[in-house]
Amino acid sequence: MSEQDRRPAAGWLARLAALPNDSVGKILLVTITLSLVCSVLVSSAAVLLKPLQDRNVELARKARILEVAGLLEPSRPIEELFQQVESRLVELDTGNFSDRFEAGEFDQQIAARNPQLSRALQPSEDIAAIRRRANYSQVYLVRGEEGLEKIILPVHGYGLWSTMFGFLALSGDAQEVRGLVFYQHAETPGLGGEIDNPRWRERWVGRQVFGPGGEVYLRVVRGAVDPASAMADWSVDGISGATLTSEGVSNMVQFWLGEQGFGPFLARLQEEGV
Amino acid sequence: MNGKSGILFEPVIDRNPITLQVLGVCSALAVTTQMIPSLIMGLALIFVLTASSAAISSIRNHMPGNVRIIIQMTIIASLVILVDQFLRAFAFDISRQLSVFVGLIITNCIVLGRAEAFASSNPVGPSALDAVGHGLGYALVLLVVAFFRELFGSGKLFGIEILPLVTEGGWYIPNGLMLLAPSAFFIIGLMIWAIRTWKPAQVEQPDFRIQPHHGTEHA
Repeated sequence: MSEQDRRPAAGWLARLAALPNDSVGKILLVTITLSLVCSVLVSSAAVLLKPLQDRNVELARKARILEVAGLLEPSRPIEELFQQVESRLVELDTGNFSDRFEAGEFDQQIAARNPQLSRALQPSEDIAAIRRRANYSQVYLVRGEEGLEKIILPVHGYGLWSTMFGFLALSGDAQEVRGLVFYQHAETPGLGGEIDNPRWRERWVGRQVFGPGGEVYLRVVRGAVDPASAMADWSVDGISGATLTSEGVSNMVQFWLGEQGFGPFLARLQEEGV
Repeated sequence: MNGKSGILFEPVIDRNPITLQVLGVCSALAVTTQMIPSLIMGLALIFVLTASSAAISSIRNHMPGNVRIIIQMTIIASLVILVDQFLRAFAFDISRQLSVFVGLIITNCIVLGRAEAFASSNPVGPSALDAVGHGLGYALVLLVVAFFRELFGSGKLFGIEILPLVTEGGWYIPNGLMLLAPSAFFIIGLMIWAIRTWKPAQVEQPDFRIQPHHGTEHA
């Protein structure tokens, strides 16, 4: 009995495998098989791990919101702590709450790329260098026994190397800063990256936001704040060695608290309450 | 050293991919500001290198010579995507710190270098050992560089405070240079010097010698 007769099923496969390695048939066989194997591996990993990855992103975001609200407790699960926070969607131009999207589902960064849901900013308005601004944004509210305690606003703006994404927490009357935290940026570690430094972030707490005429006075200054200066209550120390990042943070805060950002919402809040 | 242990341990110091072959330096500069990301990066590279070497070695007898680099890159790239996906799912914070550098394992010369130089002409077992050895050599250098950079740049090791910083109320003024990429160049350079002093066999023969000047023209 010949070899062929004994293994009829494997015959064609063995013939293919025996082809010279540089023949067209062999090249096609090897590349196609390999591509199939690799694509199955990669796509199944991507699909199977997607829910876990999305959950991580969401948890990281919620952890930052809780941190800036001062509600983060390492021993308790983030989801449980997050029950204390109310998510709402705000239409930025009018400052009204909106039900157009679920607040939990809305993604400001995706909306900012959609012409129907966003607006291109004029260079003169675009101090935070974000180019397009979504028409809606989430806000997170923390209520206490005496009404609204904290308002947490998602903010982003360009620093030195990267767009910095963070949350700014204000007091319930929107007059004082309660905290600032960044959850994504790529500033130089040790220099601009010090925007993550808890000691620097502490300097924001208790700063005033609006001047007597309602303009945004809050800003980051160069170097240390002079306590004798008339603006001292509205000023935060700049980070040494990171002038451009500090300016970026300053512009970001000015933009998002101003007319193009949450200005109308905060004004409405102060007049009407929530 | 010879045989299996030679294949495994020679690349750790005697033929270290970074300090002797000077490959894969890019990521050694980028991720070594802290110990933990360096450790994870080292493990990720060991996994990609070992799995790709084993895979490439197992199909070496059917590898069409014309498209072999593309085939090797496909295997390496798929493995890197796998690692990246797993890190995002199970070690989210670290994957954020490593950012693009996990993806850049694809372009790490060590991986393709071992595929071409060893795995494509050796059986699976030795190829895997060779890959683990080179991965260990890479991880070792990363950890040594990260040790100095994290200790002197931020006064910590594995995120635990060792030298209390002035900004945190301590006495140590951190060396900001250690947090920037050039410091890794200096540390790797000093390591190469130290290793070649210890093992003079690694010193390269000069390609040419500059001859003394025999000028005929006189001023």
